[in-house]
Amino acid sequence: MLVLAGVAVIALGFLLRFNPLLVIVVAAAVTGLAAGLDPLAVLARFGHAFNQSRYVTAIYMVLPVIGLLERAGLQERARGLVGGLRGLTVGRLLAGYLLFRQLSAALGLNAVAGPAQTVRPLVAPMAEAAAARQRGVGGEQDGEPIRALAAATDNIGLFFGEDIFIAIGSILLMRGVLEGYGVRVEPFQLSVWAIPSAVAAFLVHGARLWWLDRRLKRRAR
Amino acid sequence: MIGLNLVYAVAGLFFAACALLGAADRRWANSLFHALLALSFFAGDAIGDLGNGVLVLALVATATSGRMRRGEPETPSEPHGPLLALALVIPAAALGGTLLFKRLPRLVDSQQATLVALTLGALVALVLGHWRLRAPPLAGVRTGRRLLDEIGWAAIMPQLLASLGAVFALAGVGDVVGGLVGGAIPAGSVLGAAIAYGLGMALFTIVMGNAFAAFPVMAAAVGMPLLVRQYGGDPAAVAAIGMLAGFCGTLLTPMAANFNIVPAALLELRDRYGVIRAQAATALPLLLFNVLLLWWVIR
Repeated sequence: MLVLAGVAVIALGFLLRFNPLLVIVVAAAVTGLAAGLDPLAVLARFGHAFNQSRYVTAIYMVLPVIGLLERAGLQERARGLVGGLRGLTVGRLLAGYLLFRQLSAALGLNAVAGPAQTVRPLVAPMAEAAAARQRGVGGEQDGEPIRALAAATDNIGLFFGEDIFIAIGSILLMRGVLEGYGVRVEPFQLSVWAIPSAVAAFLVHGARLWWLDRRLKRRAR
Repeated sequence: MIGLNLVYAVAGLFFAACALLGAADRRWANSLFHALLALSFFAGDAIGDLGNGVLVLALVATATSGRMRRGEPETPSEPHGPLLALALVIPAAALGGTLLFKRLPRLVDSQQATLVALTLGALVALVLGHWRLRAPPLAGVRTGRRLLDEIGWAAIMPQLLASLGAVFALAGVGDVVGGLVGGAIPAGSVLGAAIAYGLGMALFTIVMGNAFAAFPVMAAAVGMPLLVRQYGGDPAAVAAIGMLAGFCGTLLTPMAANFNIVPAALLELRDRYGVIRAQAATALPLLLFNVLLLWWVIR
């Protein structure tokens, strides 16, 4: 039970809005102490895992390209794209992006899109421009919730698409764990069972986007 | 063989360039932060586990010193050049390169085909972009440094959380949580077991920030002994749906920093939890759907 002290540190630290990095390090130290582990062994394990997970941070190497294009006016160009498509609403745009993200992730193409590659430079400015047009002049113009929704749509599309692809990490993990219990399943069997939830994700999030369009329309009147 | 070595060399070069540019602009804390990151990418495998541990502590000390500054705003010029085509170079290279490199297992580590393709795509796009936009040579790296400063210390949060997960595993946190959840189920109730398993996956994922860490624990506590062995559920369905219930938890937690916190910084949201707020109304109905689906599959 005592080892859960680290979990409590995390929950409290995040609630009280301390710097998350400090909270994480303190939680690791508290967990190690509570489990009676050698502090140096905990530090070594921490460092080892940090080194092994560098691939998560490597994605920032796309930033010079995104920055270069934004400096030349990419976001403005993306917003202009919306201007040419009269019937494009923020709901339809994001629903289309959701479907694209789910389908491409289902084909194993996770890195084709993402917050840095597509959401910041393209999807978020387009969504903001579409929403601003729906609100009309004089409407409330805070784009922040729309940008957040664009990032949310990206995550939902990724999570509820990728498990349909048979060679993704989570499928391999499930297969390995089940094998430990002497149960053999084919990756295909696992990926088929990801389809109902993928459809449900599209319907639930799609319904929310449809509601957003309706709300914007009502308010504009 | 080409693999993570190339990916890490390129990323390390970018961080090193950020450190130099930061020093030139007298942004000392930012410069130190990026220099330490560059060290991790260049020499992480050479300095040993304890060395990496000290490196992480130095990074955290720099980040929490309060001396790191945000990226300075920059007004973009009027749109010029083939911007949309250039923006599609990286996604297209990631797509094409992944398919190509999977066929060249001798040349490229097929496990890392996508990351290698993404890296090469970024390099090609950077060169093409400077050429087509007639930008000064360091323009890309300079604005990239500005964007990285905008993300700030949140940049290393995903990696730190992965490390915390490793310490949790070492201390046996998972077994304790699994035991607690397993003990809370009323005997003989299929629905109760399905709820405990689905909610347990989501809750444990919220704590750990990662459904991968939750799955072995919940499979051992509820999934295998109760849902599969006692109630005869299809193991493939129990595993797959349980994992997706965990993904609903991922949408709800700041612990999944690379999905929820970093994009909030990248999109310059004032609310650090803005992306999570936008996801909650989708994640909760979906979690309910997954629990009911589990129950329907087993019963």
